[in-house]
Amino acid sequence: MVDIFYPLQWIADKVTYEILRIGPDTHLGASVDFIIYEVMKILILLVAMIFVVSYIRTYITPEKTRKALEGKKGLQYHLLASLLGAITPFCSCSAVPIFIGFLEAGVPLGVTFSFLIASPLVNEAAVAALWATIGLKATLIYVVSGIFLGVFNGYVIGLLKMEKCVADFVYNIKVGDPTKKPKELNIKERTDFAFDSVKDIVGRVWIYVIIGVALGGIFHGYAPEGILAKYAGKDNLFAVPIAVLIGVPLYSNVITMIPIVESLMEKGLPVGTALAFLMSVSGISLPEIIILKKVLKNKLIGVFVLTITASIIFLGYLFNIIL
Amino acid sequence: MKIEILGTGCSKCNKTKEVIEKVLKSTGVKAEVVKVEDIETILKYGVMITPAVVVDGDVNIAGKVPDEKEVRKWITE
Repeated sequence: MVDIFYPLQWIADKVTYEILRIGPDTHLGASVDFIIYEVMKILILLVAMIFVVSYIRTYITPEKTRKALEGKKGLQYHLLASLLGAITPFCSCSAVPIFIGFLEAGVPLGVTFSFLIASPLVNEAAVAALWATIGLKATLIYVVSGIFLGVFNGYVIGLLKMEKCVADFVYNIKVGDPTKKPKELNIKERTDFAFDSVKDIVGRVWIYVIIGVALGGIFHGYAPEGILAKYAGKDNLFAVPIAVLIGVPLYSNVITMIPIVESLMEKGLPVGTALAFLMSVSGISLPEIIILKKVLKNKLIGVFVLTITASIIFLGYLFNIIL
Repeated sequence: MKIEILGTGCSKCNKTKEVIEKVLKSTGVKAEVVKVEDIETILKYGVMITPAVVVDGDVNIAGKVPDEKEVRKWITE
């Protein structure tokens, strides 16, 4: 199968070994070559993915999402909510307005959670970076896992009937209708929006890509082969939970972690442990929990964190076994 | 003219305020700029994704920091 990224590898090799004249079998050479190749590959995929997903997103607004989900119970709506959450980005400060907005409109608690869980887990920038580094197969597994986590945990929270654990004021708020009805966009407007999104997101994220790739590159070039397999391999049963417990409170942009995790995998980190770690980084973070404390009582926050953590650990073990 | 910036306090909301104040200064348009952080008020406008900018009661943008061109368009319309 033709590797369409071969030209990038060729460029990286040329720059590292001919232009910069770094010796071909040195740690430095391996690191620099890795860094140049990965940065280019990630940026290209970032641009492509963000453009495509943003274009699709012009067809979906939070208002439409709300209307599609209000009053709907049933597993298929958890799936719909997770899929919509995956396409809809929001920064963690929007988590509260979205949460309240959905609940007040009559979207069931569990379905709202499906949306909130899947959204940070599956975002196009992370998907692009994953595809560029650990490959399409592992990326698809990540995406499906993210959706699954949304559906499963949202469903469980719904089953537990914890509506009373939402702060009381939430049910008293009246959400208005936006004064301007959003008009349907034409193709040019959608394309403009997609381009703007690319500029906006890449503009914000490129520094994290560089940092992540630099760290990954150093590890790639200098760390001994198999070192991760030795300490965190499949037979170390503590590796998965430890990885997840490190990742959960971490407020790092998952994009920084992805190239690092790729290097760790090259040195022997099992794919299940790697995916579990990445999901725990992007799925929950301490700031998000602090923000949600405004609207959720501690019991519900506890259930939220526990179910997600447990299911990620489960998936980590599962993928280590079957992959 | 009254411009309200809806946001619960993350850096994007502050960035939005900077952009708006910059455009107001360069165009000379007079407007009252208010930062709204109260969730109830934000939701009353039907806004769920912040930052959002409300100009004289009309919600103009929700979800990302506006660029100067957009702000200029709103305040000169």
